[in-house]
Amino acid sequence: MRPFIKAENVVHEYSRRDEEGNVTDINRALDGVDIEVTAGDFVAVLGANGSGKSTFAKHLNALLVPTEGTLYVDGKDTSDHNNDLKIRQTAGMVFQNPDNQIISNIVEEDVGFGPENIGVPTEEIWRRVEESLKNVEMYEYRKQSPNHLSGGQKQRVAIAGIMAMKPNCIILDEPTAMLDPEGRKSVIKTVRELNKKENITIILITHYMEEVTAADYVYVMGSGQIKMRGTPRQIFARSEELTKYKLTIPEVTKIALELIKKGIQIPKDILYVEELTNALLKLKMHQ
Amino acid sequence: MLRDITIGQYYASESVIHRLDPRVKVVATFVYIISLFCFDQLSGYIIAALFFGCMVKLSKVPFKFITRGIKPIIFMLIFTAALNLLWTSGEHILIKAGFITITVEGVKKMVFMALRLIFLIIGSSLMTLTTTPNQLTDAIESLFKPLNKVKVPVHEIAMMMSIALRFIPILVEETDKIMKAQMARGADFESGNIIQRVKNMVPIFIPLFVSAARRASDLALAMDARCYHGGEGRTKMKPLKYKKPDIIAYLVMFGYICIIITAGKFLPI
Repeated sequence: MRPFIKAENVVHEYSRRDEEGNVTDINRALDGVDIEVTAGDFVAVLGANGSGKSTFAKHLNALLVPTEGTLYVDGKDTSDHNNDLKIRQTAGMVFQNPDNQIISNIVEEDVGFGPENIGVPTEEIWRRVEESLKNVEMYEYRKQSPNHLSGGQKQRVAIAGIMAMKPNCIILDEPTAMLDPEGRKSVIKTVRELNKKENITIILITHYMEEVTAADYVYVMGSGQIKMRGTPRQIFARSEELTKYKLTIPEVTKIALELIKKGIQIPKDILYVEELTNALLKLKMHQ
Repeated sequence: MLRDITIGQYYASESVIHRLDPRVKVVATFVYIISLFCFDQLSGYIIAALFFGCMVKLSKVPFKFITRGIKPIIFMLIFTAALNLLWTSGEHILIKAGFITITVEGVKKMVFMALRLIFLIIGSSLMTLTTTPNQLTDAIESLFKPLNKVKVPVHEIAMMMSIALRFIPILVEETDKIMKAQMARGADFESGNIIQRVKNMVPIFIPLFVSAARRASDLALAMDARCYHGGEGRTKMKPLKYKKPDIIAYLVMFGYICIIITAGKFLPI
């Protein structure tokens, strides 16, 4: 099967210019990124601040194009500007700040903004708005002003706005960074459900470890490169390496690893609280 | 404290006027304002007042909401009234004291001018009270569409207006936050003379502008990501469509302007 997203040696350089337009400083934000994402997957990209993960996200949406290398989204080359609208329609993007991506004064009008732009007929827009608002459980707020919603609710409206364009893939660039724990949970739950029920490919960019436990595959970025790749269990088992990239593993995994250090025999790749309790109970039974 | 500001104060209600197409309301307001300058005698004012009264009744907006619009212009009103009173020359002198001369014509002109201004203000406030800001921008976009032919970016201007409206409460909240942050650091916005106070506002405006610019750049990116590419090939979720009441409203406006013009020409007082 053809991968939905295929990045081949993607390099991106931000250059700073002086008044005459001469390049004074080059900052390599992406340095040879290779990623393949299969359609329907839930992929997480982890990275600390400045690791290049947001720059990479913008490439997936053709908001930035590679300086070197190529990036294909659904078989289309992102560096060809004729593909821009098609790519943005198939791979929608949700940003970090919920306030700065909601365009309209009324929730339903905001969700309709994307379909309006791609020229969907009026009745179909209404159908899609209803469907996508129900999908993120925000239908009863459709007539309200987004200013009166909580951060998590705004973020779900933003997701609905992307869903209304009928994408195959949603890229979320640190969607929970500005939310409280409650809002964070609701957004991640929505994203997971879209992945399971609607079979939407999810690319979640984040630095919260707890959010990636549900992912099928995890990439860890550091200084513009992919440093680690694997399933969440494989990644979290390598905790020393993770700290090198300024990332910390989830609390439960940390406790489990500490326990192992003390000589208690439990598996190394624990992700959830229940798993740890079960492992410890099992141990107790054996004694 | 800044959160109380409302712009384009919409009065939510279900009425014939509220349901009218916003284009009708914009055009009708314009026609009404023009009609105020088509006569120069008492009967005209009576007709205009009666017509306006009927519209207010139909709109179900309480009368005190409408008169609230006059408050900000009260000084201008007094000023123009005084000017008219003092500078109109005429034959029937009422009072003469030193260089001040008040004539009957002056009094008449003062009253009429003040009435005209009041009608103008409350007439347009009836429109903003019964139309949401979004409907208003839609109406403006649709009414000015012909200007597209002379390369005026009508859609883009309307889009900017509606985004500005969306961001007013956000920026107001932000100003509030910055003010509080500066006050916590010992800034003082309440004492000193006017120049001093204006100077004290600088530490509020600079961070506000910086953050507004950042927001604008974020929003532009988000709009790009949602396939926004100008008005071309764009469909509407809520397209404006004339219905029967809208056509009736246009006819009513036409009838009204005819009556006003005839009254202005033929009625003696």
